[in-house]
Amino acid sequence: MPLFREPEGGAGVAIRATLKRDLVLMMRRRSEVLNPLVFFALVITLFPIGISPDPELLATIAPGLLWVAALLAALLSLDSLFRSDYDDGSLEQLLLSPQPLPALALAKVAVHWLLTGLPLALMAPLLGILLSLPAGSYAVLALSLALGSASLSLIGAIGAALTVGLSRGGVLLSLLVLPLYIPVLIFGAGAVQAAILGDGVSAHLAILGALLAVALSLAPWAIAASLRISING
Amino acid sequence: MSLRLQARKLACERDDRWLFRDLDLDIHAGEIVRVEGPNGSGKTTLLKILSGQLADFQGELYWNDHPMRRTRQDFLANLLYLGHAPGVKAALTPLENLAWYQALAGEPDDEAARFSALSAVGLAGFEDLPAGQLSAGQQRRVALARLELIPRPLWVLDEPFTAIDRDGVAALEGRLAAHARRGGCVLVTTHHELADSPALRRIRLGQGGDDATL
Amino acid sequence: MWAFIHKLGSPKWFYAISTRLQPWFWGAAAVLILVGSAWGLAFAPADYQQGNSFRIIYVHVPAAFLAQSIFVSMAVAGVIFMVWKIKIADMAAAMMAPLGAAMTFVALFSGAVWGVPTWGTWWMWDARLTSMLILLFLYFGVIALRGAFSSRDSASRAASVLAMVGVINIPIIKYSVDWWYTLHQPATFSVTSRPAMPVEMWAPLLIMVLGFYSFFIAVTLMRTRSEILRREASKRWVRELAGEVS
Repeated sequence: MPLFREPEGGAGVAIRATLKRDLVLMMRRRSEVLNPLVFFALVITLFPIGISPDPELLATIAPGLLWVAALLAALLSLDSLFRSDYDDGSLEQLLLSPQPLPALALAKVAVHWLLTGLPLALMAPLLGILLSLPAGSYAVLALSLALGSASLSLIGAIGAALTVGLSRGGVLLSLLVLPLYIPVLIFGAGAVQAAILGDGVSAHLAILGALLAVALSLAPWAIAASLRISING
Repeated sequence: MSLRLQARKLACERDDRWLFRDLDLDIHAGEIVRVEGPNGSGKTTLLKILSGQLADFQGELYWNDHPMRRTRQDFLANLLYLGHAPGVKAALTPLENLAWYQALAGEPDDEAARFSALSAVGLAGFEDLPAGQLSAGQQRRVALARLELIPRPLWVLDEPFTAIDRDGVAALEGRLAAHARRGGCVLVTTHHELADSPALRRIRLGQGGDDATL
Repeated sequence: MWAFIHKLGSPKWFYAISTRLQPWFWGAAAVLILVGSAWGLAFAPADYQQGNSFRIIYVHVPAAFLAQSIFVSMAVAGVIFMVWKIKIADMAAAMMAPLGAAMTFVALFSGAVWGVPTWGTWWMWDARLTSMLILLFLYFGVIALRGAFSSRDSASRAASVLAMVGVINIPIIKYSVDWWYTLHQPATFSVTSRPAMPVEMWAPLLIMVLGFYSFFIAVTLMRTRSEILRREASKRWVRELAGEVS
């Protein structure tokens, strides 16, 4: 073996390998993928019991409920985003690789969205039936959640990166992240509401897309900086 | 190829206590530098600073005579760091673990190299078991397989002998010596006594008990 | 210019200059707030719709201004600390956070008190009050994050990053809340949304705002000075100051 070989595989190779690794890891711990979904369904079940089974009442609050519950479910799984990498030492290896850290962090966030945000979005219409969500808004619900949860994963990852070095970061993570989630919640739930009222939803979805674009362009750097801070101890 | 890691007036303060102060280091190719000191004397912290992980210190680092800030990318491309935690995913097999490290280091995806690296650290036959089913010593060996797999001249190893059996220790010691002979450079903390050799140099960190005063 | 900034960044020099500046800001704060509140509470004309209850804006508006400005100042201090490693900036940011949270609370509380005669309730999901509430949570996040780290340097850097993330989000949050409010609520009174105010009304308000800012600067200087002494307690110049070393 030579003493030194110039790294030839670029960032693309490392990003693909990180994507693959995290996907394989999540598929081997399937309960971590399923838990947020079960949580989502459970929370939605609580509301008719806690408020009233009246379909009309449920239908008026359904967009907000579905969005809030999905948001909390996505939040639930955030704490583990960097935690196991931090505990077993692979996070410091990630930070010491000659590849751009924001891109690698983005790969990890992408896996989180793919296995949390996207399934939640696909499952939401089913739970919409439980809440008598008016017809015609189901597709918008799934679409707005799919779009919005990507922003949620990105913003949440900043909080997860900031708290990963703390032994009890979980509650703090929610405190840091939830206020930042509010714009996404407003336009996400707003889109569903607009669909129910028969208004155009393209403006809402466009704003959700704009929020995602902002998050995509800024969050990776914030995540990388936060990870460097957390590794400091 | 030049290989030179320098530290000038390095000082690190933790909880109003100086771990070390005015530390000047020169680490060259062909050297094994052992950082010594009692528990809590800042060995791991020093290694983390020298491997560019910590920012909270005073003083200046130079890599090949350039300030580290400006040559960080080149430095990282030359560095292989093994931390306290082995960095091995329990749910992945040793082969999968190494595949990720290979890609992360920009190495070509070479399965044969992974097999031979694993057999070099005595893990032949364990390649396809989830690492979580291996013993602590075997997991440490998976991490050590990176030394065989990824060609990097500067090794920074934090307690690499932990949990390794006697044969493994001897093999690893031989590995470090061979790396230094070939012009590599090893920076290591260990409680294990390394055999004397002309390549071996010691840096002793004190108790660090004095107050943080300027 | 650079030399000046770096000089200002040295705790010792900052301590010296702030010793001279501090009394001026305290004085300005006291005079402005006294004049402003006397004028605003006693002499300014009553509002033709809201009567005397509008006078709460003389506390509410300056507090709300300050609440937002302090967050921005915190983020700016964070940038200065992260980029130029000037520790004074971080100390100031750490000291500003509780004051900012307090000001946010004052703005919220005064808004709630104003709500009683106006809306007949202590709380309405008014756009401004909602944004203020979210700002309060953002402050709590920064304060809690700083407190959670055992290493001071990490705490400082983490709080700086969060303040920067927050400051990028504040306008986004503000606009989305405004939008949400107009969608869900018919336009009612807002604490400050009013047609052009006569000069007898806004002049005392301006004085109060200036007074609050002076107060903020004075408090920040004072708290930063004690933080300097705390963090640098073992440094020679501090011990000389305390008369331990001659």
